[in-house]
Amino acid sequence: MLFDLGATAVKLGIFLGILLGAIAPVMVWVERRGSALIQDRPGPNRLGPWGLLQPAADALKFFFKEDVTPSLADRPLYLAAPVLAVLPALTTFVFIPFGPTVEVAGRAVPLVVSDASAGVLLFLAIASLGVYSLVIAGYASNNKYSLIGGLRASAQLISYELAMTLAVVAVLIPVGSFRLTEVVAYQRELWTPFGMWNVVPQLVGFFIFMVAAFAETNRLPFDLPEAESELIAGFHTEYSAMRFAAFFMSEYIAMTTLSALAATLFFGGWSFFGLVEGAARTVAGWFGPFWLWMGLFGLGTLLLKTVCFLGLFVWVRWTFPRFRYDQLMRLGWKVLLPLALANVIVVAAATLAGWL
Amino acid sequence: MIEVAIFAIFAALALASALVVVLHRNPVYSTMSLVVTLISLAVLFVLLGAPFIAALQVLIYTGAIVVLFLFVVMLLNIGREEIGEQRGLVQKGAAVVGAGALLVIVGLSYMEGYGGAELAPLDEELVSLTGLAAELFGRYLLTFELVGLLLLVAVIAATVLAARERPAVPTVGRDLATAATLEPGEDGLVSERPDDEGDLAGSAGVAGGAG
Repeated sequence: MLFDLGATAVKLGIFLGILLGAIAPVMVWVERRGSALIQDRPGPNRLGPWGLLQPAADALKFFFKEDVTPSLADRPLYLAAPVLAVLPALTTFVFIPFGPTVEVAGRAVPLVVSDASAGVLLFLAIASLGVYSLVIAGYASNNKYSLIGGLRASAQLISYELAMTLAVVAVLIPVGSFRLTEVVAYQRELWTPFGMWNVVPQLVGFFIFMVAAFAETNRLPFDLPEAESELIAGFHTEYSAMRFAAFFMSEYIAMTTLSALAATLFFGGWSFFGLVEGAARTVAGWFGPFWLWMGLFGLGTLLLKTVCFLGLFVWVRWTFPRFRYDQLMRLGWKVLLPLALANVIVVAAATLAGWL
Repeated sequence: MIEVAIFAIFAALALASALVVVLHRNPVYSTMSLVVTLISLAVLFVLLGAPFIAALQVLIYTGAIVVLFLFVVMLLNIGREEIGEQRGLVQKGAAVVGAGALLVIVGLSYMEGYGGAELAPLDEELVSLTGLAAELFGRYLLTFELVGLLLLVAVIAATVLAARERPAVPTVGRDLATAATLEPGEDGLVSERPDDEGDLAGSAGVAGGAG
């Protein structure tokens, strides 16, 4: 009991440390420098080598800015909205596995915080709660731009959640389980002795998932809830200082957990065609316990794949123009949803035929 | 022991937030309380050993349906005053009578002799994913399909209702447009604009129906 609690606490600590201490600040830097690279300008390059200390300066600025609450705002809801944004974003990573079940001091320890039987469903369920923060922020600010941003967010997230869930369902049909650990195990045994990534048989589902992921995280080309050229900053127009930073951070953290989910569902998760276990076994032959190397290498591989997706998020943001709202709705309901339904039927038929 | 504590906390939370849903004067607060109620119920489902149903409860009700409630409340901009005025004695009386009737029905269903029997403990296999799917798509397939049909009927009805009110603008517009083309003495603006409005109203009707 105590051992399990300790192991869970350690795993939670590792993930929280990575998300808050590494991903969020590094992503701020990557976004600013990446946009500069794409737009052919230097970007922030004064603080530290290549401007690497810029995120620290940004964080300090957020701490010391004045925290303004509009006098006509709905105060309790206004203060609750940033918290509602961070909580779901910080919770969902518990379902992402970063290694197989290993043996630590004679006990089996799964290298995932929560291997719940409804794993992916719980991930999507908790992630879907994030929309409340945007809607409530838009309402409570008592500002017309915020309200329109909140309304747009609610309609957009509901439209794209369906397509995303159906894309995930198509992945789960041949696996026959909601556990993400099983999804990874399935990809390690698919077709070849070294396994095969789901992205090959499920290319259509992967595209649907990624488009929906962009819409779910309110990133360009789907950033209608904050569209700065029409709504100032949309739902977070009135927020300042750390409350604004909370929205900012939760967007990056939601992006990261969705990227990790995409890597797990479609790109083999922590595994890399048997290389990760091989490397861990080899290094453990020299020194150190196997479970430690397995955890480190698995986590490293998962992070590497996640970072590739995060790069894609930044690249797309500074490359594509924004959708118009009716185009966004049409794409969601008339293109992605029928495509996702057809994808589910095709995958189900292929599974029955024994191809997957 | 821990389970009892968790049950007590979330049962109390569910009841309290359900009361806030009914009693609060601001509809946005009521809707957010409904979210708390539904999440508390999901926790109770987990305690009952049905994590699948808990996940679906949060995913569908909390993550989608209540968001639409909130969307409508904010879109219509229902103020506190309007809600307050509409709460008459009749409504309060009806609520008390309805709640009392429900209590009697539930109470009777527990008593033997009224069809109620000793409740068997919930079969773990039945609430698991495979068990639930086997029951839904096996024994209750017809019911399941009928419920689907019922929902489809509701969607079509909503689309028809939404589409019937909207074309008022485009038909008038089209009449104006044809009138304008028949009598070329009018300026071109009249024939241009109503068509635009017709397109807008048409796409709005489609989006509303799909939602």
